[in-house]
Amino acid sequence: MTAVCRECAEAVPEDWPEAAGEDSGRCPACQSPRIARHPELDRLTIAHIDCDAFYASVEKRDNPDLADKPVIVGGGRRGVVSACCYVARLYGVRSAMPMFKALTVCPDAVVIRPDMEKYSRVGREVRERMLTLTPLVEPLSIDEAFLDLTGTERLHGRSPAQSLIRLVLDIEREIGVTASIGLSFNKFLAKIASDLDKPKGFSAIGRDEALDFLGEKPVGLLWGVGKSLKQKLVKDGIETIGDLRAYDQATLMARYGAIGSRLYRFSRAEDDREVDPTSEAKSISSETTFNQDLSSLGDLNPVLWRLCEKVIRRLKRAELAGCTVQLKLKTDKFQTLTRSRALEDPTQLAERLYRTAAAMLEKEADGRKFRLLGVGLSDFAQPEFADPPDLVDTDRDRSKKVEAAMDAVRAKLGETAIIKGRGLDQRQDAAGLSSSTSSRPRRTKSP
Amino acid sequence: MRFTVEKAALLKPLSHAQGVVERRNTIPILSNVLMSVKDGQLNLTATDMDIDVAETLPVDMAQEGSATAPAHTFHDIVRKLPDGAEVEVSAEGGSRITVKAGRSSFQLAALPTDEFPVLDGDDLTYNFTLQPDALRAIIDRTRFAISTEETRYYLNGIYMHATDSDVDPMLRAVATDGHRLARFEMALPEGAKGMPGVIVPRKAVNEVRKLIDDVDDEIEISLSETKMRFAFGHIRLTTKLIDGTFPDYERVIPQGNDKRLSLDCKSFAQAVDRVATISTEKSRAVKLALEPGLLTLSASSPDAGMATEEVEVGYDAGQMEIGFNSKYLLDIAQQIEGDQVEFVLADAASPTVVLDAGDSGALYVLMPMRV
Repeated sequence: MTAVCRECAEAVPEDWPEAAGEDSGRCPACQSPRIARHPELDRLTIAHIDCDAFYASVEKRDNPDLADKPVIVGGGRRGVVSACCYVARLYGVRSAMPMFKALTVCPDAVVIRPDMEKYSRVGREVRERMLTLTPLVEPLSIDEAFLDLTGTERLHGRSPAQSLIRLVLDIEREIGVTASIGLSFNKFLAKIASDLDKPKGFSAIGRDEALDFLGEKPVGLLWGVGKSLKQKLVKDGIETIGDLRAYDQATLMARYGAIGSRLYRFSRAEDDREVDPTSEAKSISSETTFNQDLSSLGDLNPVLWRLCEKVIRRLKRAELAGCTVQLKLKTDKFQTLTRSRALEDPTQLAERLYRTAAAMLEKEADGRKFRLLGVGLSDFAQPEFADPPDLVDTDRDRSKKVEAAMDAVRAKLGETAIIKGRGLDQRQDAAGLSSSTSSRPRRTKSP
Repeated sequence: MRFTVEKAALLKPLSHAQGVVERRNTIPILSNVLMSVKDGQLNLTATDMDIDVAETLPVDMAQEGSATAPAHTFHDIVRKLPDGAEVEVSAEGGSRITVKAGRSSFQLAALPTDEFPVLDGDDLTYNFTLQPDALRAIIDRTRFAISTEETRYYLNGIYMHATDSDVDPMLRAVATDGHRLARFEMALPEGAKGMPGVIVPRKAVNEVRKLIDDVDDEIEISLSETKMRFAFGHIRLTTKLIDGTFPDYERVIPQGNDKRLSLDCKSFAQAVDRVATISTEKSRAVKLALEPGLLTLSASSPDAGMATEEVEVGYDAGQMEIGFNSKYLLDIAQQIEGDQVEFVLADAASPTVVLDAGDSGALYVLMPMRV
């Protein structure tokens, strides 16, 4: 079986004609012309499923009036596009584009502030569905995951391709968002494949074609090749993935460090990383872009406090405590600074997170103007070890009680029912907060 | 500048110097050592802007002068030379030095000597001396408790001060990371009366400790509110002090604890070490269950299983259970001089005092863990 109908997930006979006459080329069961064909279709078992324009799709689902309008989910005037629907994309809006630019190309866009809580709720529903196919689901972010379907044919009575197509059909029908499927024989090719045919896509990369497929593609397509590494590679005369094959592993490693070995293997379509369902978030962070650049601690600290509270809220929800504090700043010249500091013991207190981050921020706030501020916690531990009594910090017990009391009020009356004066906006123009939980550096969409 | 010196004589001060020089430096001159030769003496100086170590040694001088050399490279070269080799170091102009020994010859890039920063130590108004044993004890009894948390920078060192009592004034050293506190005291040396309380940074503490490991000479200490200098033999280490306020540690030392537990330190430490094999990597918790005459140590983890060990002890207060981080127990046990260690406890949630039966100058406070 090398063809599957993408509308009804039924197998299409191998000798079914592609598009000869009037009716042929359509699914014999449901008459749909959308048929996924690939000579290795029944031998590929590693998939990457990526929801299409996820945040925007959720917003459209919840407000049918938006269906045909260009929708952008993102921060204020100075923020960036977190997600944009396919209508907005027709105008040239892209995710991660600065908001002012997006609104220049698409002035009629409906801009919606991100509601991360809602997206993660929907994201969890999607993940639940995936887990009905295989326990080997490795989430990459809120709306995408790898699935290893090796050995599930007998269990489900259908091929991985059929199972996956049926899964996204179910997700679309029952949850209301669409997703694209990339199917291959390893993770990095599956991820590339899911991006080839968006939205509602299905694309497969087989063993026989992988080398040819990759050969002419730009190196930037490879996982781990960001802007600066790409520049370095191009400067060294390596523009396509095929160009990488001229070098042995040792040379690449000597030149580009540990990533060199990955470049070597990826360029040969090799990737032996397993789909690892235990790979969980390694950090929880929250960041915001200001409407106007800020430079003084008086302006930055209230924002920092609100970010800290947000991180702690999500940390508690995940039942974790964090040992390492990260601070992220972006200057008006778009230079990104990250600083990190280890705590003596794990914390679940916004107060400790804030105090540590504020001390780091104080060192950087030397008059430079910043457009973005972020804070995060990583190096997770069990909450039972968090914030033990301290000989010196005698306020810690008090902070614990205060924050527990605030949590109790918020649980009853809502998140904004009680706030600390410290978080009050001295300025009215601070942008809404956007946040991200990431287990890896955020991926950049490849061309 | 040109001089000749035997390998071993040069290697030692160079290894002292490279302890101070950071491996990675944004200011290039800080990767270098400064060499000045005069009157048959070589003076080697290294600095990281916070600590400065200078050492003099006699050399066979051919031409006086000064030069700099990259500290780690220079050290590596001298280390690899055959034992007993005569090393000739020379500099012509400011940009290059030559190191020769036998048939080996090295040319190293050098930076201008006038860029080399000097930590001046002219205003050190308090001066006293310590026996090397005493300084080793001050450091060993306290440094394990130094905090590494940067935000609480004022805990990143050993706090040294003179008690202000007129009868038996003491020189005290204190360190804490919030989980445990170590306090060591000794009779106040002559000249230290009225000295300001100072916080000696961890790196300086560790460098000093290395330098005095096998020293017999008296150690001359001089200090001001911002700097402190340790001088002995041909070595002089000057360090900036941490600019901060050490918390009121007296408040942390419980006064009302009334349950006394005394035990044989060595067998206790061994038992803790054995039982802790089972405790989880992250918590390292061990539980101490006390009843008259008997201590039961136990640890358990969902993955590894459980362990118990009974230890006969001197204890006649009521039954109680308390948990500690086994690493902290062992850190303290390692510093106990006498055969017996004494715990003074209140309850499972309050700080416990640990005393050394063989050294009345040492006192430790340990925060319990929930177990």
